[in-house]
Amino acid sequence: QLDHGCALHTAARGGLSSVSPQEVPAERPRAVFHTSESDPAKHTEQHEGRLYDIPLEEVKAVFPHGLPYRFQQQIKTFNEARVMVRRPALELLAYLKGSNLAHPAVRYVIYGERGTGKTMTLCHVVHYCSRQGWLVLHIPDAHLWVKNCKELLQSSYNKDRLDQPLQASVWLKNFKTSNEHFLREIKTQKKYTWGKRESTEEGRPLGEVVEQGLARVRSASDAVGVVLREIKQQSHRGSFRLLVAVDGVNALWGRTTLRKEDKSPVSPEELTLVHNLRKMVRNDWSGGAIVTTLSQTGSLFQPSSAYTPHKLLGREGFDALDPFVPIPVANYSPREFESCYGYYLERKWLQHEKAHTEDGKAELQFLSGSNPRQLDRLAGPL
Amino acid sequence: TLRLICTTTAVQRKNVGASGPEKYTEAFIKKQIEEFNLGKRHLANMMGEDPETFTQEDIDRAIAYLFPSGLFDKQARPMMKHPTEVFPAQRKIQWGEDGRPFHFLFYTGKQSYYSLMHETYEKFLNVQKHQDQLIAQDLPLQKEKRNLAGSRWLTKIELEEMLLEKLSDDDYSRFIQLLQKLVALPCADIEENYIQKFSKEVPVQLQKVVIEPLQYDEQGVAFSTGEGKRKSARATAVVYDNGTGKITVNGTDILHYFPVLQDREQLLFPFQFLGRIGKHDMVCTVSGGGRSAQAGAIRLASAKALRSFVTEKEVEFMRQAGLLTVDPRVKERKKPGQEGPRRKFTWKKR
Repeated sequence: QLDHGCALHTAARGGLSSVSPQEVPAERPRAVFHTSESDPAKHTEQHEGRLYDIPLEEVKAVFPHGLPYRFQQQIKTFNEARVMVRRPALELLAYLKGSNLAHPAVRYVIYGERGTGKTMTLCHVVHYCSRQGWLVLHIPDAHLWVKNCKELLQSSYNKDRLDQPLQASVWLKNFKTSNEHFLREIKTQKKYTWGKRESTEEGRPLGEVVEQGLARVRSASDAVGVVLREIKQQSHRGSFRLLVAVDGVNALWGRTTLRKEDKSPVSPEELTLVHNLRKMVRNDWSGGAIVTTLSQTGSLFQPSSAYTPHKLLGREGFDALDPFVPIPVANYSPREFESCYGYYLERKWLQHEKAHTEDGKAELQFLSGSNPRQLDRLAGPL
Repeated sequence: TLRLICTTTAVQRKNVGASGPEKYTEAFIKKQIEEFNLGKRHLANMMGEDPETFTQEDIDRAIAYLFPSGLFDKQARPMMKHPTEVFPAQRKIQWGEDGRPFHFLFYTGKQSYYSLMHETYEKFLNVQKHQDQLIAQDLPLQKEKRNLAGSRWLTKIELEEMLLEKLSDDDYSRFIQLLQKLVALPCADIEENYIQKFSKEVPVQLQKVVIEPLQYDEQGVAFSTGEGKRKSARATAVVYDNGTGKITVNGTDILHYFPVLQDREQLLFPFQFLGRIGKHDMVCTVSGGGRSAQAGAIRLASAKALRSFVTEKEVEFMRQAGLLTVDPRVKERKKPGQEGPRRKFTWKKR
């Protein structure tokens, strides 16, 4: 698919330069679907349904690990990152702009059916916050922490819990790339001992803790815990604002597929990473916001028809997250569908002759049911 | 391998009538008829009906009641019919006690066929003579033309049954040609009775499928229903006008009910064919079968429902596209001695 995409890209460039009379009518529809507004702060309702561009360097800096896999492939193919401005995201941004940072952090839960754009909404919000200068704590998919873990170490800090060095180190690396300058500014408030010889003094920048975690992989999970605790304690001071963005938050309260050495199942509390994350998601701190997404796709032991917070979070999770502001995400509205279709056409992603006709558009709408994921998958082979 | 046996055609053909002494003598057949009538009266008495007005249908019903049978073949079940239907009709002995045949054409071999040809030709000459008479009197010849469209000639088998002797294809075609020549003459109406013996009515064209008119519900929106089936899935669809292209199956959206693209394409097909993708709403219920069968059943039901919204020409196009035909393919039965309907057991040499 990638080679096909690259060939498309060069052909498109060549086509555009050679045939000039066709460029003029192509320019006008382009204006309808795209906005030149790259700052999410300025997105309002008139931008709804339009796609805005994120410069590629920003993508690498802000989203080292957040974007869905198919979207990353699309970025590589089209050589640009275009995100659609949709109503749930606008709603969330409005709440964030109007939120009072002295109050305890408000929790927002983005929920919806499969493939309607929850992760993309989250990424939109993360982009906005990073532009605004917030410290972004982005966990790409909490489900990755509760399944498919090869190594489980017993935590040195607390005998009951289990560590996950690999996942923790991966996350620390990505966290470093996204929030470089914060790590230099924030200082530790306590002394932490990592073992017999290593320790971090009080007042050292957080970057050192992160380095420690990356260097000594065994204590990476503890490093994560330290980072989270420090950030939480210091956020209410007001020197920076904190956004906790968790994708797939229902993993924190479900079951895991991991087993201990004696084949007994592991419950999420026994994992250090999950334990610390739960503490973050509790709204006992102020100076920021918590935005989470429910995800059925990666969830374990949940039926595929479940998408409401009640079903996916379970009793425990619901009680823990309650109260929260639910934000439903639905399939594309006709206008959004048209702009997505127009974008694919304009990037010459839809090569089939019939796809260019009105009938083809109606067919695509019918077959995908206006579901973004289905549309993306359908348009792939065309 | 074929072994060439040199025989004459006469010996090869087993003549129904002329094969030696009769299998059933006339006396035998008469006795059978008497026994049948007696048995009919007994049966009527047994069933409590009136013996005088006991028809063949009543006999069949009584026999089916008294001797119930689960056999599939209707002809294998017990039956009581008039001996003329049971014993095949055959010719009586064609020659007298002195060995002299009755009919003058006996030694041709096909006496009834040739006598029939002679008769028909006689009628033909008759008609021609009548025609010449009319021409001599300067009277108009044309009368109404016989309607050939609704009738057909007897088939070879029917003619054989009528004449009680075997014919060859060549003989049959010659006879039909002669009849056609006869009918082609303008004054053939005289011999209408004779000709009608050899022609049969073709049943009227298959009933045209009635397209139901549109019904209107409370808000004034037009809708129509259709039913469809495929394998063992049965579906009913209600198609509403002035819609947005939303489709609900058994209360759920098609994206959730049919996660596979292929099934959704099947549903799309009737609408796409008519170019009415975003114009109708549909609510359907389906049960039985599997994923693909349910999709096919809904497709048929929606196509049938769409007939009411569409012109006759488009209905014809749909029929030719195969949207309105029930798919007859069902799972084939497994045969004994084989692993499946077609697959045989693994062949082992020893």
